[in-house]
Amino acid sequence: MSELISDRAIDRSKMQVSDNVAIEINNMNKWYGTFHVLRDINLTVNEGERIVIAGPSGSGKSTLIRCINRLEEHQSGDIFVDGTELTSDLKNIDKIRSEVGMCFQHFNLFPHLTILENCTLAPIWVRKTPKKEAEETAMHFLEKVKIPEQADKYPGQLSGGQQQRVAIARSLCMRPRIMLFDEPTSALDPEMIKEVLDTMIELAEEGMTMLCVTHEMGFARQVANRVIFMDAGQIVEQNEPEEFFNNPKSERTQLFLSQILGH
Amino acid sequence: MAGPDKNSIAFVATEVIPESPPPARETGIVKWGRENLFSSIPNGILTLVSLWLIYVILSSTLPWILNGVWTTSSLAECREVLAGKTGACFSVLTERWNQLLYGFKYPTDAYWRPNLAFVLMLVAIAPVLFFDLPRKMLVFTALYPFVAFWLIWGGTIMAPVVALLGFVIAGAFFQKFGRSNFALGFFGGAVIALIVWSIGGALIPEGASENAVLSAVPSRDLGGFMLNMMLGLTCVSLSIPLGIALALGRQSNMPLIKGICVVFIEFVRGVPLITLLFVASVMLSYFFPPESTVDLFLRVVIMITMFSAAYIAEVIRGGLAALPKGQYEAADSLGLDYAQAMRLIILPQALKISIPGIVNVAVGLFKDTTLVSVISMFDLVGMIRGPILASTEWNGVYWELLGFAALLFFVVCYSISQYSQWLERKLHKGH
Ligand SMILES: Nc1ncnc2c1ncn2[C@@H]1O[C@H](COP(=O)(O)OP(=O)(O)OP(=O)(O)O)[C@@H](O)[C@H]1O
Ligand SMILES: [Mg+2]
Repeated sequence: MSELISDRAIDRSKMQVSDNVAIEINNMNKWYGTFHVLRDINLTVNEGERIVIAGPSGSGKSTLIRCINRLEEHQSGDIFVDGTELTSDLKNIDKIRSEVGMCFQHFNLFPHLTILENCTLAPIWVRKTPKKEAEETAMHFLEKVKIPEQADKYPGQLSGGQQQRVAIARSLCMRPRIMLFDEPTSALDPEMIKEVLDTMIELAEEGMTMLCVTHEMGFARQVANRVIFMDAGQIVEQNEPEEFFNNPKSERTQLFLSQILGH
Repeated sequence: MAGPDKNSIAFVATEVIPESPPPARETGIVKWGRENLFSSIPNGILTLVSLWLIYVILSSTLPWILNGVWTTSSLAECREVLAGKTGACFSVLTERWNQLLYGFKYPTDAYWRPNLAFVLMLVAIAPVLFFDLPRKMLVFTALYPFVAFWLIWGGTIMAPVVALLGFVIAGAFFQKFGRSNFALGFFGGAVIALIVWSIGGALIPEGASENAVLSAVPSRDLGGFMLNMMLGLTCVSLSIPLGIALALGRQSNMPLIKGICVVFIEFVRGVPLITLLFVASVMLSYFFPPESTVDLFLRVVIMITMFSAAYIAEVIRGGLAALPKGQYEAADSLGLDYAQAMRLIILPQALKISIPGIVNVAVGLFKDTTLVSVISMFDLVGMIRGPILASTEWNGVYWELLGFAALLFFVVCYSISQYSQWLERKLHKGH
């Protein structure tokens, strides 16, 4: 698993972490009914950071990143994205959502629109970009994810890997400053995993701030500058990838790593 | 070697198997018959029984139809012509043709008006039904209700103009303020429209309709199949948007809106349409101010629209529920607001899923317009049951008349159903 993406040297020249804070989460808690899913989360992400979130199933990884763009509501503590606080104020939520891109495990492309329309929809309606300009931007990003020739097809006609790359391009068309990924490769076959990870690496090389829930430990080693391990709704351990993988401190992390890396 | 040997486990393909054409389809009518009609003994028996049934039906109806008499002026005359042979008296259709289509009170010299309205209707609904037509045609579609109203009811042209003006001004208001604040735009627009209508209504001089270009026809003079078409078209086009609004309202997070929608839908669905129509004909006048004489046609339209909107709302709710949650999340995550997400992402997909159900309701609604005959409106069935069958000339010609009514309704409903199947095929996007 860890060898999947190591066939290419990664250009680290632009992968610099700035001092500006992109996301700040303080003492955040969330419950589903009486079930305490996220417990006292504290996390600061600087611009340009690439964070991988790992942890067993049900530990609250998805819930955490979905709180960042308000797909889920937190009940206590506070979250700042680019200095704007996430409250129930719709204006703030819309502002944050238009600056934070998200990719889902099941792509969630709009099946009734062509690939190009999928990519131009939000720029046209949210950013009020003129149609022609939006289409140019969309083609630019589709070229970047290497599927410009599919622009006039419908999502149902594409392979899983292609769909996920379209989903990434669709987010990028909004020119987000932060990208969230929720297990972007776990619904894909190995061959397609590689093409999606390559796209994500390119994104990282350009200095995008990324939060990525993934089980691709190879990606974490090569690209992340911090790995966060969650269990039972709590951040149990976080560290630089080298330290995290070679020298995990907590028992739960050790157990998890021995299971996921196996043998 | 092109495929693995039976006996070996290890195998490596050494050559590419060339592409070859699919096997030719075996044809021939005898073969087709053997495969489809007589593939087994029970199937053979079923085929024979079906053939016998078809023969029985045709042998008893065909002579009746082919022998039909088309040109007599009463049943007695028709019987004379037939002289004891079996045969239909289709002459009731030719003789009462205008009554069947327009009712018995619509002014004879004004038949061209509903005819023109019918032709214009085809032009107006074309761009709604076929998206490939130029979008500019929708302007005519928007004007059509007012044109059709003026053509059919006649009277002063001021009435439809004032009505249109009210909508235009309210629409402009909504354009300006509805974007930032939906509730302000919507309710403000409604208030403005009401003001325009009442001022405009007061400005129309008393008796303006008396010497208007098109003579005024009161609603109770409408009838025949024209009335069914008018009710059907008006109610379908009103109940689809109302149904969408109710379905969205039922999903709303706001308890008051949700409650109102749920109560409305459950109440209307739980009541037979016929009672609603009686309410329309008798009791609704209690709810309107005593001096206002709200038109019976309008009251019936309100009731049928409410009735079918409740059903359409439930159909659309099913479509909404069938959409994966991910579609809402993707729309949210891109920063689309509620109205945009609904209009651009959710409703196009939910409506597509709901097409068969909506068509089902529309077809049912169209046929249910014949129920107005019960509250003594003379639609096609009302005309047949009332003036025509009760007349001395045509007392007793049930089959021809009701068969004709059935045929007319069948043609319309079958076209609707064919259209919806075409639409479903067209909207299919490989998923
Ligand atoms: N809408 C919901 N209502 C109630 N409980 C929920 C809801 N969504 C998630 N949960 C619960 O919250 C916990 C955390 O879920 P979450 O999806 O964040 O886990 P995860 O770490 O992403 O797991 P996975 O690796 O399987 O995706 C799980 O126990 C889950 O059952
Ligand atoms: Mg998850």
